[in-house]
Amino acid sequence: MRPLLELKGVSKFFGGLAALVDVSFTVNEGEVVGLIGPNGAGKTTLFNVINGFYKPSKGEVYFDGKRISGLRPHRICRLGVARTFQVVKPLQRLTVIDNVMASAFLRSPSRQEALERAEKILHFVGLYEDRETVSKNLPLGKRKKLEIARALATEPKLLLLDESFAGLNPKEQAEMIETIKKINREGVTILIIEHHMRVIMSISNRVVVLNYGEKIAEGSPQEVASSPEVIKAYLGETAVA
Amino acid sequence: MRGLVPIAGIILLALLPLVGLSTYMMHILILVIMWSVIGMAWNLLGGYCGQVSFGHAAFFGTGAYTAGILYLKLGVSAWWGFPLSIVVVGVMALIIGFICLRLRGPFFALATLAMGEVLRVTAENLRGFTNGTLGILIQKRTWVEKTWYYYIILAIAVFTFLLIRRLVNSRLGYYFLAIREDQDAAESLGINTTLYKTVALLISAILTGFAGVFYMNYMGYIDPEIVYALHDISIITIMVVMVGGVATFWGPAVGALIMVLLAELIRSLPRIGTAHQSLFGILLILIIIFLPNGIVGDFPKLKTILRRRA
Repeated sequence: MRPLLELKGVSKFFGGLAALVDVSFTVNEGEVVGLIGPNGAGKTTLFNVINGFYKPSKGEVYFDGKRISGLRPHRICRLGVARTFQVVKPLQRLTVIDNVMASAFLRSPSRQEALERAEKILHFVGLYEDRETVSKNLPLGKRKKLEIARALATEPKLLLLDESFAGLNPKEQAEMIETIKKINREGVTILIIEHHMRVIMSISNRVVVLNYGEKIAEGSPQEVASSPEVIKAYLGETAVA
Repeated sequence: MRGLVPIAGIILLALLPLVGLSTYMMHILILVIMWSVIGMAWNLLGGYCGQVSFGHAAFFGTGAYTAGILYLKLGVSAWWGFPLSIVVVGVMALIIGFICLRLRGPFFALATLAMGEVLRVTAENLRGFTNGTLGILIQKRTWVEKTWYYYIILAIAVFTFLLIRRLVNSRLGYYFLAIREDQDAAESLGINTTLYKTVALLISAILTGFAGVFYMNYMGYIDPEIVYALHDISIITIMVVMVGGVATFWGPAVGALIMVLLAELIRSLPRIGTAHQSLFGILLILIIIFLPNGIVGDFPKLKTILRRRA
């Protein structure tokens, strides 16, 4: 197994607030790694550091053997890291197909190529029928799919998914699990932030747990679920005793 | 069929002077077309790329002064302003972009507004270079007749229209829209937002500069109050696009037609004619409330309203 993403002692401070403290872990090629933790644990901050929105205050991020911390987000995306947002950010007044095309242009400079690529991806995530819909009129479930479609259009090696399941009904959740498994089978490595334990347990090879910006556990889903540290972080002191 | 409409329009416009219009009518037409150019240029940056500039007078004025100073200081024809303005206005746009494009939304708008005013005050005070508030007068204009001026500004307008349509339908156009809709999303999807915002500003500025060069040659007189004016240039530019339709191909031309005619009409009214600025302000408020997408953008809505009346 080849390490694709390596975090080495990453810390991020906002003034006196330590959002991330000395976080280190590795994501190997082909894996699905879950990133969990209570609210405010620093999960999204960690994504923002990996994707280049924030420069780490300390430590380094390596992708595919190359140091990426300090690069601008568009450069990091070009290297093969794509992300979705917890609060979906579709290009509101554009149609679904135009949304996906805007990112497909990254690897296919011609309009025709970008269009074909975008259509293929919309088939893949199951949004093809909605391709001419203006994206602000989409229901939340489809907007989450659109986020993923847009990220896939940049042909990433690593996909960062930020709560792609939040707000979905059980049927949509089941579909989303299938989509993510399908993406992974195509050879895309995935790091996913998720609150639904059922989802995390069913799709992750490994799980990393953050609490107050620190990594408190890492291992297989079963190991992590039975770790006293993790139970304490989620349920409080008394639950452990 | 639809592709033929612009061609037919251009042919019609090209034949117009042959009808034998009065000098005054020709003047109005020239102004409408010039404002269309400025509106289209602004629309690329403000409408498609979402960077609302309140300082396009900076580029209009710099274009005009490039032409004027060539004539004043070097004794060269002010028409040479066209090639030279590409460099001068381009550099000006890069400097303004470097300062303003790191700001977003209203902060960008305010910063551009300030830049326009800075240039106006600078032009007023660099007397040795710009003649200050005395302005620059071209002693002998190239033509007394308006026909050639009309064809020149029409050619610039056609060029601007085709260039912008081509850009908007290309990869660049998608990038501009992505930046307008969500800059963070665009950046994280591999779009170099700083670069493409600068490209939009550069093209928009140079095209606006062309209108300025034309103005110097056509009117034969400029001063800082005229070409660097906040109210008469920067704000009217925004109004032209807002009235016509933001991020539409034909909006600026429609807006220019309405604004120029309206300005002429209001100015000719007794008594309230001097209050044309206030009337424009009221018009803008009404447009924003009832036709937020402008006349072209809200055309379907406008049609249903009119039909219901009838």
